[in-house]
Amino acid sequence: MNALTINNVALDDTFAEAFPMTAARLIVTAATMEWARTAGRTATGYAASVIGCDAEAGIEHELSPDQTPDGRPGVSLLLFGFSRDALQKAVINRVGQCILTCPTTACYNGLPVVKDKALRIGGNLRFFGDTFQFSKQLDGRRFWRLPVMDGEFVCEDFFGTIKGVAGGNFLILGQNQETALAAAEAAIIAIKQVPGVICPFPGGVVRSGSKVGSRYKKLKASTNDAFCPTLRGLVKSELSEAVGAVYEIVIDGVDLASVEAATRAGVRAACRPGVLRISAGNYGGKLGPFHLYLHKLLKDV
Amino acid sequence: MLRLRYHGTTTIPVEAECVTPDHFAGKSAAEIAALPVQHGNAPAPLGEFFTVEGDSGDGDIVIEGDCGRVKLLGTGMTRGRLTIRGNAGMHLGAEMKGGEIHLHGNAGDWVGAEMKGGRIHVHGDAGHLVGAAYRGGRFGMRGGTILIDGKAGNEIGATMRRGLIVIGGASGDFPGVSMIAGSIFLFGSGGVRPGAGMKRGTLAFFGAPPPLLHSFRYSCTYRPVFLAVYLRQLKAWGFPIEERYLAGSWRRWCGDLVSLGKGEILTWQEN
Repeated sequence: MNALTINNVALDDTFAEAFPMTAARLIVTAATMEWARTAGRTATGYAASVIGCDAEAGIEHELSPDQTPDGRPGVSLLLFGFSRDALQKAVINRVGQCILTCPTTACYNGLPVVKDKALRIGGNLRFFGDTFQFSKQLDGRRFWRLPVMDGEFVCEDFFGTIKGVAGGNFLILGQNQETALAAAEAAIIAIKQVPGVICPFPGGVVRSGSKVGSRYKKLKASTNDAFCPTLRGLVKSELSEAVGAVYEIVIDGVDLASVEAATRAGVRAACRPGVLRISAGNYGGKLGPFHLYLHKLLKDV
Repeated sequence: MLRLRYHGTTTIPVEAECVTPDHFAGKSAAEIAALPVQHGNAPAPLGEFFTVEGDSGDGDIVIEGDCGRVKLLGTGMTRGRLTIRGNAGMHLGAEMKGGEIHLHGNAGDWVGAEMKGGRIHVHGDAGHLVGAAYRGGRFGMRGGTILIDGKAGNEIGATMRRGLIVIGGASGDFPGVSMIAGSIFLFGSGGVRPGAGMKRGTLAFFGAPPPLLHSFRYSCTYRPVFLAVYLRQLKAWGFPIEERYLAGSWRRWCGDLVSLGKGEILTWQEN
């Protein structure tokens, strides 16, 4: 292996393989930041991977009152889906069940709207208003006001979409669970400073990295046995004897540049005592068009 | 930028429908000066009333002088920017579909009548029937924004269907009469019978509201989130908004119950 190291942590000469996914950005506001967070966390729950969820989603960052359309505190959410149709369905369900229902919230579009590539969210949820809904148009944007028991729920009609980049990743190989997890946590803190990205798994960290396919014919994905410490000696392992635990960080972003920036920030933060190697997951270059080479991204560090 | 200087002295109205960025596009100053206007009952060239100089290529037109007798400025325009330094006559920006009009003076009646898009900002007073439907027309304003810094006359937004009208000063009688939808914000005192016959839409009083018709029923006192979105946008457009309006609460009446009854009158109150 080529010897690129950061803080004495070796970086494998490999790449992460990412692929395009349709993305939407939701700006959710509420009377307090705590209720905005609650709405954001709920709306992005059960959205770790499109392998088993309708979308991949997460809180991009929190917004101060001067950054939101209605001057209240808020959160910015990013949601990714396989297609616009699939994403629209997911966003309607999530806004309808998790944001509409949450006290004091409102939901606005956070991306430029191109008419043929937009998701209709408020325009579908308006029927909840049972003919008592109000439409408001301001400067080319339409908002729906739905009467609810604490006043009104305001939701923008159309939400813009873009082709985002999903599946950026890197693996943290540590001496044991404690050191590997501490490095993963440090990586997530660093990635949160990068705009335009989310880490959709719980706390941003994956412990159950997967490979394509399974010995069971019905399964599309199964455990990444080459990186499971307990299987060393049984399968063709990628782990040396010194490695006691591996965590994966998965990154979805609004574009390739943001995923690259997040990878850089995350890997740098993860290279700390107790971490032995940084690697990345790919499928031999056969799945996604975006290849994020660790050495190329981090050679200047 | 194309500059028009009004040098007319006539007391007979001039109907200058041709004064829009659309009509001026691709024409030289001489060609523009030759465009026809209606002077009373006779056609005349635009150059008889205006000195024309500059280039119309960027869609930016500036008019200087008191055009209080010049009607239909910016009528039906779809793009560009029209800046008037002086007064403007009736029908300013009527039926416009896009672009911006900035009037640094007073306007006559029918500002933005039946307009469909774009923005008109009058940094002065306006006459009657701002954003209204013409007599016999089904709908008034159907989109866009009209901002009047000063006062305005009667029947603001009559039969309007969509869009936003904001009046900074006092307004006349029957604001929002027969309104179908849309929004009217009145920052000054309002005339009698607001929202009479309105079906849908919002009529918001930031100042002291006039007595409401008995066909409006009180709903609740609350803080409508959508108003915060509107007020922030108005600030961004340069319309003066006092901070206290962002903090207060609103009393909501629904009506007009002699009509569909799905409209609302909102009246601001300091907490």
